[in-house]
Amino acid sequence: MIEFLIILPVIIPFFTGAILIATMKSREISRTISLASAFLLLVSSLVLFAVVWISGIKVLYVGSWKAPFGISFIADVFSVSMLIMTAVMLITVTIYSFSSIDSGREKYGFWVFLQFMIMGVCGSFLTGDIFNLFVWFEVMLMSSFVLIALGNEKFQLEGAIKYVTINVISSVLFLSAVGILYGMTGSLNMADLAGKIKLVGNNYLINIAALFFLTSFGIKAAIFPLFFWLPASYPTPPIPVTAIFSALLTKVGVYALIRVFTLVFTTDVSFTHGIILALAGLTMVTGVLGAAAQFEFRRILAFHIVSQIGYLLLGLGLFTINGLSATVFFFFHIMLAKTNLFFISGIVNRIYGTYDLNKLGGIYKNHPFISIMFMISAGSLAGIPPFPGFWAKLFVIKAAFESHYYFLGAVAIIVSILTLYSMLKIWNEAFWKKNEYHYAKQEKLTHRFGWYAPVIVISVLMLLLSVFPEHIYLVAQKASEQIINSAEYIKIVIGK
Amino acid sequence: MYLLLSILIGVLFTTGIYMVLRRSIVKLVIGLALLTHAANLLIFVAGRVNTPIPPIIGKGEDSLIPPFADPIPQALILTAIVISFGLTAFAIVLIKRTYKQTGTEDLDDLNTTDKIDKL
Repeated sequence: MIEFLIILPVIIPFFTGAILIATMKSREISRTISLASAFLLLVSSLVLFAVVWISGIKVLYVGSWKAPFGISFIADVFSVSMLIMTAVMLITVTIYSFSSIDSGREKYGFWVFLQFMIMGVCGSFLTGDIFNLFVWFEVMLMSSFVLIALGNEKFQLEGAIKYVTINVISSVLFLSAVGILYGMTGSLNMADLAGKIKLVGNNYLINIAALFFLTSFGIKAAIFPLFFWLPASYPTPPIPVTAIFSALLTKVGVYALIRVFTLVFTTDVSFTHGIILALAGLTMVTGVLGAAAQFEFRRILAFHIVSQIGYLLLGLGLFTINGLSATVFFFFHIMLAKTNLFFISGIVNRIYGTYDLNKLGGIYKNHPFISIMFMISAGSLAGIPPFPGFWAKLFVIKAAFESHYYFLGAVAIIVSILTLYSMLKIWNEAFWKKNEYHYAKQEKLTHRFGWYAPVIVISVLMLLLSVFPEHIYLVAQKASEQIINSAEYIKIVIGK
Repeated sequence: MYLLLSILIGVLFTTGIYMVLRRSIVKLVIGLALLTHAANLLIFVAGRVNTPIPPIIGKGEDSLIPPFADPIPQALILTAIVISFGLTAFAIVLIKRTYKQTGTEDLDDLNTTDKIDKL
């Protein structure tokens, strides 16, 4: 029964996607099924979370093949809390799409590929087998390729070519890394690899494999210097697609990095994690500086995705319980804040017909409610108390200081101030400035429920996160304890 | 044998990367296909090419007796080939649509999404 619960987050989107192919021509039915399945995913993840929280890590051996031989699915606190976040993001994006996706995209499989992408994401979170991880990545990427190109607009296709090329190259690197790792150890199960890699003895070979993985996942996570494709492609598709990409895809990359660099490549921590720390600092700085130069709503946000990835990496590079707890907490905050900001940019575009900050203005006067929603998310992204971003950044910076990385902690603080500058730029230009460009259209928002409901839901979740950070931090701490105590994880998976 | 295959993998990687760096979108797709082939061969070599004896437990034995061929790399490659097949098919359709929509097959002309004041 418990085994069945573990596989449910993969099965639900799979069957929903299959059913949606049959109902593709009917918008109403597709929408109802999509939303129902998103809620089902949330319920099943919550039940799985309760089980894992009470009784520890759970393993499913696919086809009853025991651990090193077959594929195993592993549910621990980290992976299941990521599943819950995925379900929440899926629900909000589904509701947002009701009013913002055009009927053409709906008829040509938007809902189908959204579900298949979620299947890939959930599979990547759950699997304990490195080659199976590659397969889930491909499931996720293939669907995301379709989602980014769906609609055939000129910008979209340009963005799609870059996105597809860089991701195929990243997959090739991933595959080569798996090959090298298998050649060294003769195993693919991550828990088994953790033990076998210590027997290899040749640290240079291990480090080469580790760098292959770092480059491959680094491209997917958009870390410095491999992030350039992200601002070029993410802002091109419609907002719901951009929002779900920014909420999940780069985060799956970071998740894979965390899994591989806490479980498998721990033989030469000063080298591998030293590189990760340096990259974390550079990612934060370049992302935020890139955003400072932009004057387009979505592109500023896209550069901030890069910058925030740096904070997530910083916690991994520290490789301490507090560092990883901070990273897990940061995951919760950044998924909510980023998605919400993209949603708001979509609403602004719907009303004023542009994303250009130069042409926007006076939103605060005309739409105070949406301005307040923006302030909550932007404040959170910049790390202003009392918003959840403040706690997330506080935990990261505190963990950096505890490990005596004072310089990196200082960089994190400075980047935070620069983030505030970027957010204030959007605020001043789009929300406060008098709208001098009268040619910018102003349309009345129809279907207000579909536009506002997801924004309100996420804002409420963020306020909850800022009022009860200690409860969420408890979850993050438990997740990071399970990650760091990999011996326990290996014992449960391998069974000895 | 190993040396020959290793050189082949190297050649495939270099030609693949060279093709990806060309300006024509058709060459880009060919480059991507070559890269995936290189990765597949790399797995093949990394899994050792030593013997053609199948890994079957004979009568009266209770475990495998070396030497035997490792079936896992072949299973991995088969999966990877299918995936790269799908990727290449998608990429070909994508470049066709892009050519129709933008009227150019020069990658240097597809730079509007990188310009600060566009979109």
